[in-house]
Amino acid sequence: MPGPAGVVQMDKASYEQICRILGEKRSFLQGDVACAYGALLAGCDFFAGYPITPATETAETLARLMPRLGGAFVQMEDEIASIAAVIGASWAGSRSLTATSGPGFSLMQENIGYACMSETPCVIVNVQRSGPSTGQPTEPAQGDMMQTRWGSHGDYEIIALAPNSVQECLDMTLLAFNLAEEYRNPVVVLTDGEVGHMREKVILPEYDEIAFTARRQPTVAPADYLPFQSVDESLVPPMATFGTAYRTYVTGLTHKESGLPTTDDAVAHTRLITRLVEKITRHRVELTRVEEQFLDDAEVAVIVYGITSRVALNAVRTLRQQGVKAGYLRLIGIWPFPEEKVRQLGERVSRIIVPEMNLGQLVHRIRELVPDSCQVSALPSIGGRVHLPAEISSALMTDRKSPEPEGQHHV
Amino acid sequence: MKLSQTETPPEDCCEDSNHRLHKYLRQETLPTTFCVGCGCGTVLGAFAQAVDELSLPPEEIVMVTGIGCSSWIPSPYFKADTLHTTHGRALAFATGVKVMLPRMKVIVIAGDGDIAGIGGNHLIHAARRNIDLTVFMVNNWNYGMTGGQMSPTTPQGALTTTSPYHNVEPPLKAAELVAAAGANYVSRWTTYHVFPLAEAMQYAISKKGFSFVEIIAQCPVSYGKMVNMRSGSDFLNLYRDTSIRIEQARELSEEELVDKIVVGKLVERDAEEYVTKLYQVNSEQSAHKE
Ligand SMILES: Cc1ncc(C[n+]2csc(CCOP(=O)(O)OP(=O)(O)O)c2C)c(N)n1
Ligand code: SF4
Ligand SMILES: [Mg+2]
Repeated sequence: MPGPAGVVQMDKASYEQICRILGEKRSFLQGDVACAYGALLAGCDFFAGYPITPATETAETLARLMPRLGGAFVQMEDEIASIAAVIGASWAGSRSLTATSGPGFSLMQENIGYACMSETPCVIVNVQRSGPSTGQPTEPAQGDMMQTRWGSHGDYEIIALAPNSVQECLDMTLLAFNLAEEYRNPVVVLTDGEVGHMREKVILPEYDEIAFTARRQPTVAPADYLPFQSVDESLVPPMATFGTAYRTYVTGLTHKESGLPTTDDAVAHTRLITRLVEKITRHRVELTRVEEQFLDDAEVAVIVYGITSRVALNAVRTLRQQGVKAGYLRLIGIWPFPEEKVRQLGERVSRIIVPEMNLGQLVHRIRELVPDSCQVSALPSIGGRVHLPAEISSALMTDRKSPEPEGQHHV
Repeated sequence: MKLSQTETPPEDCCEDSNHRLHKYLRQETLPTTFCVGCGCGTVLGAFAQAVDELSLPPEEIVMVTGIGCSSWIPSPYFKADTLHTTHGRALAFATGVKVMLPRMKVIVIAGDGDIAGIGGNHLIHAARRNIDLTVFMVNNWNYGMTGGQMSPTTPQGALTTTSPYHNVEPPLKAAELVAAAGANYVSRWTTYHVFPLAEAMQYAISKKGFSFVEIIAQCPVSYGKMVNMRSGSDFLNLYRDTSIRIEQARELSEEELVDKIVVGKLVERDAEEYVTKLYQVNSEQSAHKE
């Protein structure tokens, strides 16, 4: 029955069936497996992918479990085909997923842009590994933060979430499906080889803990339906999927509200792209997800995400024990960027350290947002090496104007 | 091909709204943007004819296309659910659609560059899976939309803008490739053979499994300008004079077949189709899962 988008509940029988297949309520899982579990609990019924370390376990888990739940698992010939099939499946009405790592994520970029342009809900798990190129296949990295944001050509917005634990791999993948439907946009779950491969305790969410955002269907007759016209403040148009007699026209070309191409009209292009961007940025506050610790009286702070946050929190706790007013801001929602949280922090503290497993990516975005009174330093670690707590605490204690400590370089 | 439609269409361009096939088209998109003499219009006509003959409601069709003039044959003109995708990837998108909507007819129309060039790998694997898709590859021997560069199907020796002295590469025999890869139905026709073409299209749509029709179609503008064949009829004459039925071709040597267009049905089988098998696994698994 067509109706407005909204958080409804998954039907209980489906939930129970999924739980039966997943087994124990509490288990000890790898992050990649937890992503697969999160997807199934989100109602994912289509997966297409291509094997790649360190993401393969997501595919393998789904290959085993999806047939038992009536879903479709397809191994495609490459990652370009995988994301293409995922988009096609979404237009066929399914909740669809692919999982990959750097090389595959690079191959997907053109079609991720297509998903943004055609407003196709879908989820991409990117278990980041060390690059560029084939790099260090088994080593974790956070090198795709900017590629996630800017990897396809043209202007667009993307939603990205960065879990830091196996439990969050499940929770964030589940959430990603709901956000994809709510905003009619691809959502990227940005884990890394460390989070993806480590094992931790996971507790399956209870039935009433699971939100289920249903796809918003048109309420008007096919003749009156404009698939790319926003009908309310959300700017997200209802989506008539294929096979529902709406005869929907979908293209990656610049299009009118009807979906039909219009390729040399600057006004139409500006209108379309502005809406696609604003339907995300207008909801920046709702899409902001952070973890804040020790910030109330903080004088220096670390801004961190993913696996690095586990180490950073340890460092901050140690400093607190030593009486240092150190704070911790963890970004869970990466894109759209949680601007307000970062700006506010920058106004309160004199120094921000940004440890990343890359040579400095989100640090640039952070620098743009904070006032000059706040010193922002990158703290890179590449090669698959997760930071040590002592590196982070010593960076937090180091005034940038004073000489750099041995073995550390600020970018 | 001109992508813009800023000119007002001539009064009589889509006048014949009583035409039997008119109802299949999105009226607001007419006239088509194809160049004068282009084979794309013939293919659109043959396709609509095939759908009509089958009494197949357009609500039961999903059209999937790539990028290129040929991809514009159904998109946006043919009024069905349509996914106009990225260059070369139509078959991969179509795979996702078909797996999740097996009751729909999923039909791909795109060019030789799209399907056999940039999308060649998807072509091989879709055929190998024998997934129930229907593919009409419009082979105009070049990249028409981008202005006439050589494509994987450009005849050896031909002049194009990127083989200005002559093409040194032999052309890909796409239909033969698809037949070898495992498709259930493969045929080849030209825009000269309008009626057998429409029949083959009709047959391909109803055939279960991967079905593929290579349609040799003229591009008198981008390709024709380089080989000095500037009108549609130059090509139709060539197709008439050089085509040979596959039954006759089987009697001839490879040398005798150089420069011939072999038309007709290359292969027909009844191998089991992919999506059916995929869901069979599901029912086996749900049968003994608890
Ligand atoms: C990834 C990518 N590469 C290149 C292009 C440019 N491009 C657009 S159409 C086309 C050729 C199309 O040739 P074909 O599929 O044979 O279609 P035709 O125009 O000949 O009918 C190319 C190369 C593109 N759109 N995308
Ligand atoms: S460029 Fe060639 S293929 Fe494209 S519309 Fe013109 S004649 Fe047809
Ligand atoms: Mg071509």
